[in-house]
Amino acid sequence: MNENDVMMLKTPFHSRVEAACEINLWGNWMGYTTPDAYFDVELEYFAVRSTTGVFDLSPMNKYRISGPDAAHFLDRMMTRNMHKLAIDRVAYVVWCNDAGQLMDDGTVFRLAENEYRLCSYAKANDWLYWCSLGFDVTITDETAEVAALAVQGPTSCSTLTAMGLEGLEELKPFDIRNYRFDGEILSVSRTGFTGDLGYELWITPSKAEDLWDRLFEAGKQFLIKPFGSHALDIARIETGFVQAGVDFVMAQDLIRPGRSRSPLEMGLGWLVDFEKTHFNGRRALLKERETGSRYRFVILDVDGNKPADHSFILKGDKQVGNVTSAAWCPTAKSNVAFAQIEMPYGEFGEELTAEIYYERELHWTRVLAPCRVLDGPVFNPGRRRQTPAVAF
Amino acid sequence: MDKYDVIVIGAGHNGLTNGAYLAKSGLRVAVLERNPYIGGATVSRELHKGWFYSNCSYVCSLLRPEITRDLELPRHGLQVVPYGGGVTMMRNGDHFGNYHDHDRQYREMARFSKRDANAYERYAADVMKQTRLIRPFLLKRPPDPTSLKLRDLKDLAEFAGAFLDMGEEGLADTIRFWTKSVGDYLDEYFETDVIKAHMAGSGIIGTALGVYSPGTAYVLLHHYMGDVDGNVGEWGFARGGMGAVADALAKSFQSFGGEIICDADVDQITIKNGKTTGVALKNGNEIGAPIVVSNLDPKRTFLDVMDPADLPEEVIKKAEKFKIRGSSGKLNIALDGLPTFNNLPNDSPLRVGEMHFSDSLTRLERAYDDWKDGTWSKDPYVDMLIPTQVDPTMAPPGKHMMSVFVQYAPPKIEGEEWTDADKDGFEKSVLDQISAYSPDFKDLILHCETRTPREIEAEVGLTEGNIFQGELTFDQLLFNRPFPGYAQYRGPIKGMYMCGSGTHPGGGVMAAPGANAAREILADLKRPDIIPGGYADD
Repeated sequence: MNENDVMMLKTPFHSRVEAACEINLWGNWMGYTTPDAYFDVELEYFAVRSTTGVFDLSPMNKYRISGPDAAHFLDRMMTRNMHKLAIDRVAYVVWCNDAGQLMDDGTVFRLAENEYRLCSYAKANDWLYWCSLGFDVTITDETAEVAALAVQGPTSCSTLTAMGLEGLEELKPFDIRNYRFDGEILSVSRTGFTGDLGYELWITPSKAEDLWDRLFEAGKQFLIKPFGSHALDIARIETGFVQAGVDFVMAQDLIRPGRSRSPLEMGLGWLVDFEKTHFNGRRALLKERETGSRYRFVILDVDGNKPADHSFILKGDKQVGNVTSAAWCPTAKSNVAFAQIEMPYGEFGEELTAEIYYERELHWTRVLAPCRVLDGPVFNPGRRRQTPAVAF
Repeated sequence: MDKYDVIVIGAGHNGLTNGAYLAKSGLRVAVLERNPYIGGATVSRELHKGWFYSNCSYVCSLLRPEITRDLELPRHGLQVVPYGGGVTMMRNGDHFGNYHDHDRQYREMARFSKRDANAYERYAADVMKQTRLIRPFLLKRPPDPTSLKLRDLKDLAEFAGAFLDMGEEGLADTIRFWTKSVGDYLDEYFETDVIKAHMAGSGIIGTALGVYSPGTAYVLLHHYMGDVDGNVGEWGFARGGMGAVADALAKSFQSFGGEIICDADVDQITIKNGKTTGVALKNGNEIGAPIVVSNLDPKRTFLDVMDPADLPEEVIKKAEKFKIRGSSGKLNIALDGLPTFNNLPNDSPLRVGEMHFSDSLTRLERAYDDWKDGTWSKDPYVDMLIPTQVDPTMAPPGKHMMSVFVQYAPPKIEGEEWTDADKDGFEKSVLDQISAYSPDFKDLILHCETRTPREIEAEVGLTEGNIFQGELTFDQLLFNRPFPGYAQYRGPIKGMYMCGSGTHPGGGVMAAPGANAAREILADLKRPDIIPGGYADD
């Protein structure tokens, strides 16, 4: 059967994922059928925070960028200085259009001298093609050629070490190390989207099922569980990670003017290196830096226990922004919301109000919940950074 | 001038909560603890190398989320991990699984009775109505119905309002719920014995009553009104054991400048000219403070650490008559591996929750008969959990820790003190009960801590080993807890207060009594109220 004859693609781990997905709650991620939850969103979330959770991230868009100009090309495209990225290191990146508006965020893996992998939230073939004109690089979409698992949580290092990945505890955040796995290369990076100690495993699809089996066998004594996209969403909000398409509109999708955001407006100014040579959006961002941004991205601590989903944010009676992501955070035990706030509001410590609507038995109630602008995420444990990785 | 403004006796979770709020308000507070370690009945101890037991309380749900958040307990190291479901294993080799997932729960109940599976919806809604009534009052002092003070009248009006909002039928239901036996209550909904038996356990835990004794339906409610992350009725494990709750409270307390003094066994609360002046320790030291808060149960407070000469005779009488009957024991077991249970796969989600073996209300009632006869149950009800299935910190990898709450165990054996031989007999009845359903269980035991009411009283200080600091019967709830006239945390002497589970809203690791008592103390000192109010349910 031709790949195009099916509605939904299956990841290289599908046979294992399907067997583990007890409640048959499936979603669509980039055209792949992936579990929203395996057995219970709450318990899956806690696997990530208390033991080890495993997430199949194979559908993530992956592009191999190689050639003599690879570093120059990436440096031109990304707002960070990509010449500083050493071999076997990973960088979190964002990239902009010429107007300095966010196209997407992602990660760049430097695999060898002139070899990079870009993981992006949205498909980037078109943008990569136009940006690469004039550079001696080859760009290949390797999404289907690389199977990937995120292994996240306090016992993740112990699990992977028990699977035979010796010396893994020495890996620093954003390091990459390659291991042998049945004659193939198993690439391990200390990266993830949960804000906890965690790793991502990258392997050829033919070894995917064996990897899953060995991982779960080794992780049994460390209480390993799979987790789906719903649990991931709670974890990422708790740890302050924005998501493209949710917390900002990707500039290439924009229809209504003014609704995209710059990295400075998303609290991602630390990713913008004005000292380096030209990059896409530099002029616009320089101007924004001088004249000021339109919006400010804030993390809010909201009173009460009603998640401030889609709430308007008020200063007194004036509407000054709205919430893009919200969740009750089960480990931090706080009610967190990400919001875009009109300047000059939203400075650290400022008291605002979330206008929350919630429903109980078809009855809608409106509450005006006081909230405060935080200076960072509510969950940010030391073990996330500690090297050597601590044994839970 | 005294070194402290306040002395709190007892570093249990309520004493620490009380101390934390008083210290946060700016008072100089010392919490005294008789043991060399803190926690009271909220404690994790390493009694076998590499294994940590939740020695007393073992699961978490009632702990008020408002307090957890306000005192920043997560930042101070507390993580509560919910568990799903539970199971009652049956004598015929089958089991009833109480799945966390609603659809699975329905299918499992329907395996026994479709009507029961459907009736569960009605049952859950009725119980939820009762939790909605009571939850808003957990973080409030109980109003005194005989008082004409504005605050009492306002609180009473609010309570009456919530009550009347339920309508005629709701009112009748509420009275039924508060007075009925859990057995009678469940009979109104379900026909399957094992389903009723599974649910009924919550109605007797910690209570010297049987499933057909009036008042046990409320005890079920008491176990149902907590929540984990807003999921009412759900329970969880504190990562690292229940001691993590006390440790986080202690860190919060210390972050406000509070001091914890261990090995400080209070002999007496000292009183001069009708005012509290501090405490005298058994070692002869005296510590002065104008305010003394007792986290001890009402009997210990008024009959042990206070001089009868300082007290109104009415208080002594009430303390003597206060019902605080021992009814339970506990086994904490270090296991060399995960035991197998008949017909229940090792990876079944049911095993992550509470496991029981009493498959009928008759067996539960017979177990209570043994208590009345003055002996431990020969066919005991156990509430058994293996937290190491989700908590990697309480035992080495691949090893496990089992917490077995046991009912019934009387405070005395046929009127005599417990002997070591009695304790061995009690332990054997529990181990035999478990191994009847698990062939390899006994071979996996590496260490077992057995606690009868004797050990609980001696080590934790709970009179008769009663885990709630007094029975949770209607005559000892709200403005009657611990007794009329003293239900608003103030003792009979100026400067003396109570903050333990013997006060409203009662037992369980809730921290509400400690917080509510702090509010009253701050009010008396004319300091701002910094205790959080309850989250509204809708």
